Parts: sequence; structure tokens; C-alpha cells
Amino acid sequence: MDRSVASETPAKAAPPDRAETSNADLGIPAAWNRAALVLGLLIAVALPFVVKNFMIFQLTTVMIYAIAILGLNLLTGFNGQFSLGHSTFVAIGAYTTAILMEFAGVPFYWTVPAAGMVCFAFGFLFGFPALRLESIYLALATFALAVATPQILKSTPLAPWTGGVQGMVILKPEAPFGLPLNADQWMYFVTLGIGLALAVAAVNLINSRSGRAMKAIRDNPIAARAMGINISLYKTTAFGVSALYAGIAGSLSAVVVQFVAPDSFTFVLAIGLFVGLVIGGVGSIPGAIFGGLFLVFVPNIAEEVSKGLAGAVYGVILILVIYLMPSGAAGLVRLAALKVAAWRR
Amino acid sequence: MTIGKHAALAGFAAGLALAASAAGAQTYDPGATDTSIKIGNINPYSGPASAYGQIGKTIGAYFDKVNKEGGVNGRTIEFISYDDGYSPPKAVEQARKLVESDEVLLIFQSLGTPSNTAIQKYMNAKKVPQLFVATGATKWGDPENFPWTMGWQPNYQSEGRIYAQYILENHPDAKVAVLYQNDDYGKDVLEGLKDGLGDKGGMIIAEAPYETSDPTVDSQIINLKSSGADLFVNIATPKFAAQAIKKVAELDWHPVQIVNNVSQSVGSVLKPAGLDNSTGVLSTAYTKDPTDPQWADDAAYKEWEAFMDEYYPDGDKTSSFTVYGYTVAQTLMKVLEQAGDELTRENIMRQAANLKDVELGMLLPGIVINTSETDFFPIEQMQMMKFNGERWEMFGDVIDGAVGS
Amino acid sequence: MELFLHQVLAGLATGGIYACMALAIVMIYQAIHHLNLAQGEMAMFSTFIAWQLIEWGLPYWIAFFLTIAISFVAGIVIERTVFKPLHGAPVLAHIVIFIALFAILNSAAGFIWEFTIKTFPTPFGSRSLLGDGLISAHHAGMIGVTLVVLVLLFLFFRHTRIGLAMRAAAVNPESARLVGVRVGWMIALGWGMAAAIGAVAGMLIAPVVFLEPNMMLSILLYGFAGAVVGGLTSPGGAVVGGFTVGVIENLAGTFIPYVGQELKLTIALALIVVVLMFKPTGLFGTRLVTRV
Repeated sequence: MDRSVASETPAKAAPPDRAETSNADLGIPAAWNRAALVLGLLIAVALPFVVKNFMIFQLTTVMIYAIAILGLNLLTGFNGQFSLGHSTFVAIGAYTTAILMEFAGVPFYWTVPAAGMVCFAFGFLFGFPALRLESIYLALATFALAVATPQILKSTPLAPWTGGVQGMVILKPEAPFGLPLNADQWMYFVTLGIGLALAVAAVNLINSRSGRAMKAIRDNPIAARAMGINISLYKTTAFGVSALYAGIAGSLSAVVVQFVAPDSFTFVLAIGLFVGLVIGGVGSIPGAIFGGLFLVFVPNIAEEVSKGLAGAVYGVILILVIYLMPSGAAGLVRLAALKVAAWRR
Repeated sequence: MTIGKHAALAGFAAGLALAASAAGAQTYDPGATDTSIKIGNINPYSGPASAYGQIGKTIGAYFDKVNKEGGVNGRTIEFISYDDGYSPPKAVEQARKLVESDEVLLIFQSLGTPSNTAIQKYMNAKKVPQLFVATGATKWGDPENFPWTMGWQPNYQSEGRIYAQYILENHPDAKVAVLYQNDDYGKDVLEGLKDGLGDKGGMIIAEAPYETSDPTVDSQIINLKSSGADLFVNIATPKFAAQAIKKVAELDWHPVQIVNNVSQSVGSVLKPAGLDNSTGVLSTAYTKDPTDPQWADDAAYKEWEAFMDEYYPDGDKTSSFTVYGYTVAQTLMKVLEQAGDELTRENIMRQAANLKDVELGMLLPGIVINTSETDFFPIEQMQMMKFNGERWEMFGDVIDGAVGS
Repeated sequence: MELFLHQVLAGLATGGIYACMALAIVMIYQAIHHLNLAQGEMAMFSTFIAWQLIEWGLPYWIAFFLTIAISFVAGIVIERTVFKPLHGAPVLAHIVIFIALFAILNSAAGFIWEFTIKTFPTPFGSRSLLGDGLISAHHAGMIGVTLVVLVLLFLFFRHTRIGLAMRAAAVNPESARLVGVRVGWMIALGWGMAAAIGAVAGMLIAPVVFLEPNMMLSILLYGFAGAVVGGLTSPGGAVVGGFTVGVIENLAGTFIPYVGQELKLTIALALIVVVLMFKPTGLFGTRLVTRV
């Protein structure tokens, strides 16, 4: 239909019924939402005691991806700005942690907020040129950033700090206070805690005055401006906050993987986060977890099907998923819940 | 970082003592049974580096052959190979899956310097062999700090030194220009070259890095030519090496050319670059190039060809990767044969560090595999050769380019 | 100074590659108002088809035009089967489909034709035309073909009914539909043409960079840079943009000390952002008016 308009203002093209995880979920009993939340939390806490360590590692990775996707969602889903370059902020976060641990001997836990703040600053600054770029151009500019990141990381002037092409090996912290957890379980809970805090912060942000302003800018920038909303400030801040989430994800991933290198942050990661966003559900906070699950497990499934054609199988799965759930996994779950609720009435 | 090293070393020593006393008995670590041996592998089957996936597929095909012919000491090999897309975090995930879930006896031929660096500490902490990794970085031969990690191919720095030695002996007054890939591999070869030239390092008058994201290296070659150099060292992967050789000819530049071992394939580098343009190019080798007509009647080559036809018919017979995979798989077979019924991880490392003058069919005549408790560099010899427009001609002696010693 | 001239000439030669690709990108942008991330892989796949046809013994020019025809049909088929069902889906979903297509084509090409580089013939020969091999006959031929395609496109969009209908369908689908344009088919036709132009670009680029599944990865990026610098709405601008990027990239790599060579791509990409900052529609682009 109105493709030209759609590409100019991406938000309008998003499905009108996007889930926003607030009490706006009319039609689904509030108790169900709460029950799902409690059940999810219980499973999340119990899992590390019943699965193998490598599975814990995979689940930690899922949560790390989810945090980065959540950040991307704040930008794209709630503020209508594209980014195909969030791998850059993940990289900056990871390297902030690695450099602070290696050169300054800072304990890991302090490097997480530091990584977040550094990325906020970078994101906020990148938000200014982004202001002048519309949808497709912004997508391109951020994609360019993602492609350039590994080259910049290994360039000669930065190499003394980043370890150049060789990257940096870092240590994983053990559980403190004699807790009966191994390092994998401990990092799982650290990630879970930080992830939950960030998710709660995101929900609060979205339902706040600022959040409404962000959404107003997404839905109708001209009307928002007429209402006296400072568009530039909100857009750049949204970029900063989004980068902050990605940076914290990067910081956590550096420690969980115990290694940072330019090859860990190629544009493939940026594309992956974008795919995770769309698959999980644009504008849905719990959707981020679905996105993370997709990124970690679907490539493994594709590989099981065929080694030589792993990429092709992945692509086909991607297309099928988009056909089957055009509003993302979260949208599908919501739709199912709505159907059941309606049937019960 | 250092605490882990010492602990691992102590564990290794204790393991050796234990294993020695139990020799001869049937002892197994996870992954080995009376009937099978589980071997793990990580390769980039997807993503930009997927060309290397051929190595993993060749190894898998070779194990099919081994199994069909009765296995090794009566045990079949179960080869589990995962894709990491050349991403270090994914490599960590896959390595952990192999060790903790699939419970393999060892991880064999994990590919790429970044991916192997990412898993090295984990493998050593877990005391699982990270055997014959598919990268030529020098750091894989460090038994003191990483007793569970071993390289295989001649390391990149040795290769650089061999070129330096050749240049000093044959072209002492040359002005050298270098094209290199801007990553760990390119920089390692360059470093070896500089080390080898020693105080004559000033002979290198121009260096130009390229990125794998560059569509062509034309611009770099123009700069190198304009430096006035008369000897050109081409440290590039096949596509870029071929582009460079072609461009040098197009620019009517006639330096002495050295192309690195990675790109010595007649079929996939020199032919695309133009056989005329490639005449006179120098290189080093340690394996036989399957596209080189001089091996057409060689018994070992025919054996390789028969293997390819039967077990990997889709495989690319012009690619050096298939020769590489075939030969490295044979090396592992040698280790497993030596290990006999004592399939513990300690014994695997002990046997891997106890290869004496092993000759394999597709290695060049005169090149042998040697390892010891202090020498974790299986192949250290290479031979210089010159392309005569049709095939490579070996010249000089087999050169030992050991960096570790 | 001599080096400067040489690098400019070499930059024009590489710029010709980017211009080819940029033209294909602008073409599909005209038709569907999206940047197709899979465009490079489509061109690569077409080139492999041409290579296969030549291997089977077809003469070059027959293979050339047959490949263009196959690509044209394939472009239409992709639109009709993959994108038509997603009509009206969010723009983000479209980008994901592009990514999926990218993965499928890249993986399939590697599976069918292997990753070893292949030589692709040139119909123009490779003798030196200008500046000691800096511009070869092939480079000149490539630039010539790009310009011919550009002129043909110009005539097509200005002077044929179907060309006008395509433009109408892209710029204002609602009104176009009201005057009887079959918008859906116009979009499909746009895909077909973009695929065909991509095939031409691929077949002209392959003799220079060698044919392999990943050959288009970075060229697509430089093509984007060229298209954006020139303006996504202007085919002529895209061609100029492609040459500009080629020259600037070479000069930066040669004359910016220390980081120039390591960050060639980064510099080219920074160029996009700078141009967009000052001229959001590119140097030659025109602005589409959005109504609220």
C-alpha cells in the first residue's frame, strides 16, 4: 500500500496492536500477566540448578542478547529510530570492562556501570547526527558504524589499549561470600539480576512522562513538536539509553566469554540483534527474551539440519517465522492469550 | 591469569606420572569406550569465513574412511563438528557443548586464532586436549603455560623467517615491498620476516596492509610499486594474492615475487592470476599441491584422489584445504594409534608430544612431523620453490624455521 | 604528483565497480523504496549462473543475455512469492526478509559452487588503455556499459508508459491505483529490473575481483555509500557517487598517514554520514514530500 510513507516513518508501519506490557493489555486478565511473570521468574531461578553448566552458559548468553535487544527496542520500538549498528555499543561496553579490568585492576562489578555510562555518552553523541537522518538513511549510517567497528578496534592507534587483532583475555569472577555456586551459576544470577533491573527500569521509563513523549515522537513527530516536546533532546537521550543497555550487555558478555576481540563484534552481531528485535516483537519488553532465545538456539538448529546449507536453513526459518508471527513472538503469545481469554468468557 | 597456568601445569605433570604407571591397561576418559572415540571440532560453516568449512568436512570424510576400514585399534570414530561462524563467543559456547554435553575425548582442529584464543584457557582449565589447532600463530606451541594446546601447521613467523633467509642470501641489496593482511596472520608473517632480516630490517622500504573488506588491492599495489621496490612479498589469502599478482603484471612492474604458503595453490591462485603473470614467483610449501601436474603419478596423490572420489565427492579438488584436512586427520590417527587402549586425555597429549619422524603421504618428500614434551610445533620444515609457468620446482634444502628453539 | 594521478585513475577504475552496484541499488529503491541488503548476493548468484552457462559451453554474449533474462524472471518470482504475502507488513519485517535472503543465497552459492575463487571472462580484454595498466580495457568497458544502462534507464522512465507507471506506483501507490496502474505488478517489475541490473553489475565486477560467494559483501557497502552520496532518488547521482567513493577511498588510503590504509572502509563510510548531515537526500537527490 503506502510503502513510500511507510519507509519514511517506520513507526506507522508497525502493527497497531503492539503489546506494550503495561496495563494496556486489555482483554487479557491482569492475573494472567502476573501469573506468567511469577512462573517465568521461578523457572529462571530454578534452571541453573537442573541443567548442565554449558546450558547455563547458553542461557546467560540468551539474557545478554535480551538486554541488548531490550535497549534496541527502546530506540526502535518506542522511539521509532532505526539501528543496524548496536554491535558497536556492545563492543564499547565489552572493551570498557576489559580495559578497566586489565589496566586499572578495577573489579568486574564496578566496570558494569562504567560500561553503561561510557556507552550512554557515545550513544547520546551519536544521537546528534542521527537526528538529521531519516529511517532508511539512519539504518545505513548505523550499519556503516557496525561494519567499521572491528577495523577501528584493531587500528594501530588503539591497539595498545584494545590488544589489536589478538584481543584480550579476562578472568571470570567466582561467587563471593562463599556462596555454593560455581562461576557459571554465579554469572547467570548476576546477569539475571541486572537484566531484571533493566527490564523494570524500561517499563517504568515507558510508562513515565518521558516514555509517553518518546512514543508520541514515534507516532507523529510533527504533532509531538506542536505539543511542545523537545524532539532533539528526547531522540538523543533515547539513543543514549539504548546504547547504555547495549553497553551493559557487552560488559557482561566480555566476562562470561572471558575474551574480547574485534571478531566478536562484527556487523553479523548487529544484524543478529536487529533480527532478535523483530522476531521477539517490536515494542514488547518480554519479547526481548524470545529474541535472545532465537539468536542462540536457531543457528544451532539450522546446523543440525544441514552443515553445508546452515545459512540457507537459517534464512528459511527466518522467513517462516516472519510469515507465522508478523508481530513477533510476543505478539503471538499475546494473541493466543487473548483468544483463550475470549473463549473463556 | 597466572594462577590457572600453574595449576594446569601441576595437574598435567601428575597426570603424566599416573598415566605412565597404568600403561597397557584399558583406561578411558570421557569420550572413549571399547568401541568408540568421540572427537569434537569447531569450524566456520557459515558466515564470511565459511570457505574454511571445507577443512572440517574433509576431516569428517576421512574419519568415515577410517571407520569403514575398521576404525582405529578396533574403535570407530564419532566426529562431532560444530559451526562457530568465526565468532569467538560462539566458539566458547560450542567448545563447552562439546566438552560438557557431548563429552568428547578431545577437541581437534578448532579453526582460527580468535576462536582458539577464546577457548584456550577453558580447555586448559578443564584439561581437555585442544589438539592440532588450525591456525599458524606462534602461541600454540607453549607447553609450559598451556600444556593442553598444540598447533600443527608451520607457524606464520617461521615462514617469514624463511623468506628473510632467502632474501639475505640471494638478494642482499633488494628493496623490499610487503603487502599483508591486517590481522594476526598477516602481522605474524611480517614480524617473522622482520625478525629474520634482523639489523637489515631497513631493506623493507614499503608496507601496505589490506582489509578483507577491501574489494581489491589495486591501490596498495600502486603504492608499493611507486616506492621503487624490486622485491615484492605477497602475504595475502588466495583471492587477494591472485589480485596482487595480476595487478603487478598489469602495472608492468617486474619485482622478484614471493607469495606466502597460504596462497601457493596453482589452481586457485596462480591460474586465476594468470600463469604467465605468475611465472618466476617464489613460495614455500610443506604439502603437495593437488593441482600441480608433477604429482599426477605420485602414489600418495593417487591415494588422496581416490579418497576424495569415494568419501568427499562434492569436495573441491583444487583447494589446498582438502589436502590440509586430509593430512591433519592422518596426524590425529597416528596419535590415536600410538595411544592404543589407554585413551585418557593425559595419554593423548603425551602421544601427541611423542611423534617421531612421522611421514605422511601428502607432505612434501623430506618433511616429517616431530614433537616432544618441549616442542609443540609438529611441522616446522618447509621448502622453497619457484613457479615455472606450469608447476612448482622445489629448490634448496628442506629448511627448518623453528621459532620456538 | 604522479602517485596522486595514478591513485585517482585507479580510484576511477574501482569506482566504476561501485557505480555499477550503486545503480542497481538506486534502481530497486525507485521501485520499492527499500534498500535491499540482499542485492549484492543476488548479483553474485546471477554471476555464478553466467559462469555455469559459460562452463557448459555457451558463448559469452549468449550467456550474458540469458543470465540477464533469468535474473529478471527470478527477481519477479522472489517478489511474488516472498514479498507479496508480506504486503503491508512492517518495514522492519521486510529488512529481516532481506537478511534471510542474504543468508540463503550466500550459503547456497557456497554449497553449489564452492568457495574457491573462479576467473570470470571479460569480453573487453585486459590490455592496458591508459596510464600503464591503471585503466584497462575491461575497466573502460565496465564504465561504458554502466553509462549505457544509465541512459537506457533514463529513457525507460521518462518516455515509456510502463516506466511512468512504475514511477507512479513507487511515489504514490494510492493515486496510481486509482488511475488503473497495477501497483503490485509494477513492484514486481521493479524487482525484476533490479535483479537484471545487478546481474550486469556482477558480471562486470567479477573479472576484476574474481568470482566467489563473498565477492559482493564489501562492494555492496561501497555501492550503498556511492548511492547515498549521490542520492537514492537519482540514478545519475549514484553513478557519480560511486566514482567519488572510489577516488576518495584510494586517496585517503594513500595520503592519510598512519591510519589511512587500515581504515579505508571506515573513511568511505564516514563520508556517507558527513554527506547526509549536510545534504540529507544526497548530492543529487530530491526530497520526497511527506504529508501528515
